[in-house]
Amino acid sequence: MDLNFTAEYQDFRAEVRGFLDAHKHEAPKMSNAGLRGKKRLKWQRILLEHGYAARTLPKQYGGFGAAPDALKQRIIAEEFSRAKVPGGLSGQGINMLVPTLLELGTEEQKQAYIAKTLSGEMIWCQGYSEPGAGSDLAALRTSAVVDGDDFVINGQKIWTSTANQADMIFCLVRTEPDAPKHHGISYLLFSMDTPGIEVRPLMTMTGRAEFNEVFFTDVRVPTSQIVGERGEGWMVANATLTHERGMLGDPDAALSRLQSIAEIMQNEHVDGKSLMDNAVYRDRLVALEAEVYAMKFNGMRLTTATSAKKSAGMAGMIVKLQGCELNHRLAELAIDVMGEYGILFEDSPFLRDDGMWQTLYMFDLGLIIGGGSAQIQKNIISERGLGMPREPKVNKA
Amino acid sequence: MYFGLSEDQTMLQDSVGRFLETASELELVRGFAEGDAALASNLQHGLMELGVPLVLVPEEYGGLGMGVLEAALIQEAMGRHVAPTSFTAAYAMAVIGLREAGSEQQKSDWLGQIAGGQTLMGVGVTEAIGGREGAGLTLDGDKLSGRASFVLGADLATHFMLTTGAELVIVARDATGLSETALTTIDKTRNVLNLDLDGVACEVLHGDGKTGVARMIDVGRVLLAADSLGAANMMLEKAVDYSKDREQFNRPIGSFQAVKHMCAEMAAKLEPCRSLVWYAAYAQDHVDDEAALVSCLAKSHLAEVGKYIARTSTEVHGGMGFTDLLGLHYWFKRIGANRQLLGGPEAVREEAAKLQGWA
Repeated sequence: MDLNFTAEYQDFRAEVRGFLDAHKHEAPKMSNAGLRGKKRLKWQRILLEHGYAARTLPKQYGGFGAAPDALKQRIIAEEFSRAKVPGGLSGQGINMLVPTLLELGTEEQKQAYIAKTLSGEMIWCQGYSEPGAGSDLAALRTSAVVDGDDFVINGQKIWTSTANQADMIFCLVRTEPDAPKHHGISYLLFSMDTPGIEVRPLMTMTGRAEFNEVFFTDVRVPTSQIVGERGEGWMVANATLTHERGMLGDPDAALSRLQSIAEIMQNEHVDGKSLMDNAVYRDRLVALEAEVYAMKFNGMRLTTATSAKKSAGMAGMIVKLQGCELNHRLAELAIDVMGEYGILFEDSPFLRDDGMWQTLYMFDLGLIIGGGSAQIQKNIISERGLGMPREPKVNKA
Repeated sequence: MYFGLSEDQTMLQDSVGRFLETASELELVRGFAEGDAALASNLQHGLMELGVPLVLVPEEYGGLGMGVLEAALIQEAMGRHVAPTSFTAAYAMAVIGLREAGSEQQKSDWLGQIAGGQTLMGVGVTEAIGGREGAGLTLDGDKLSGRASFVLGADLATHFMLTTGAELVIVARDATGLSETALTTIDKTRNVLNLDLDGVACEVLHGDGKTGVARMIDVGRVLLAADSLGAANMMLEKAVDYSKDREQFNRPIGSFQAVKHMCAEMAAKLEPCRSLVWYAAYAQDHVDDEAALVSCLAKSHLAEVGKYIARTSTEVHGGMGFTDLLGLHYWFKRIGANRQLLGGPEAVREEAAKLQGWA
């Protein structure tokens, strides 16, 4: 155990700070971090050039080409967060498609897509889930039938975030209807402008359309747009699912959430007494603080394991389940301590924090369900982590 | 930055664990719980050979000069094997008390004796956390009077380290005017007792007793958390093993999702606790301004997660978990005792709130 950084890393931290001092004025606002306006794209260009985005990706595909170093990644994240400056763009293209292409794409595919995706000019959406294929993703039915040099795609996807703004989709389709379900899937890349695609926004309980439904009617895609071989799409997709699970649980986000709640409790008053003076609220806050610390240190343990190129085993496997659950319970506490003010929403007078706590409370429930539901996570933890027996298959009569 | 154990630390924990696997196997623990005191002295002898009493004693007094993290790793192994030892009190809290509040002379006298095995100190600091039924000690010259309750590590103790709140004091177990009342608790692997003192001769530590007691409590809490970590980890492993073995409806019960999810939840709650305990222990020696806070957080959080795992593991074992035959209850009760000792979770969280100016 040594929480100090060696001279190399102290120098690196100074370098990051120097960069931020020099370029901070060019950064877009944190609240616009997800949007891809002119300023955001220019900022991404600056970050790519200095190695603060796509740091370890190969140079020939638009990355910075640095050797993987989990500590340096952490230092970058810490310094950007301290300076309240948005870091590199994220999203399903950058976080999931790019690693997949690097691993399994053809040279043409790498050339065509990676650099444009990293720069932010090409936005992707993920066509995985279907109305009948959620946790049992491999049951998907959207079909792709070969006709000449094209696949002809028919079917429907759901839970497709950013489909309304995406240029491209990476999509799972059934190409071999007679093969066992895991062996009949292929992984295709195509433009969202292809004729026959219809995107309908999907309103959720938060009152916003964070997702979409995507309908395919005789959508023609050249057969060369496949990643991996026909029927190998399940294996290709699993490479990206691993990336998604790593992406969702961020222990530092929970810590800043906890600090915001402590501020609410100190600043809000009922009958002249601060909410922090309520021993029951305070006890809940400290109980959650202990969990936030535990997840923070678990994250540091993962960083160390990653830099040593070792698997952290169970410590990594539980992050999605525990991290999402913890964030949800933090939002729950923020709402509870605010009493009746806790239900104010949208543009109501007397609204606190733009109503974000209710939105988070609802949206986090979506995160608990999405990206491998809590129940699927528990199956993975018990079967792969604890070595418990699989559920016996039900034989359909 | 390296957040993890060194090879030496892993080896230390493994060697104590290997020793306890046989020296503290269930039938021996059962014997101790039923009144056979021989186990405690056998264990004590083996631990001396491994150098365990020396871990926190500085090298200049003949010790190994290791940190609280090493002590926590040893304690975790003891929790794992529900070992009937006085480690928390005698070799951690008492040593910390002497290190913090002893004069040079006192350190060299007492730490040397502890390291050499001639002296073993039970510890009574409960009243510094909260006094009950008028318990508490007062000093008149060098004579100590009053009551110290829930004194820990008394099994083989030759002395006791007690507190008046402002001072740390040492009394000999056979001193005139000292009487003991054994308490019966759920946890028969470690004995606690009350001491009544009537003008008992004592040695007052010359340094700042108040700070000394606070540091003893911080370290004691980290170790109780580590003990629960080890005990809970064992209960999880036992539940998983049992579920693979036990068949109902012609299949191992571990293939039912209801049972799998209970085990997954135990693992998911427990794994981050390991990092919390490591950090809390490390902070005692290396992060002064966070040491007290993270000690409180580790203690209270392990109390909650420990309790959850104790009941859930017992449930996975079905009726067998409830029997004396299986012996699972020794872990259940050890975790239950750790939860209450040196402050229950709500009391400890309130201290954490105070440390941050929230209360």
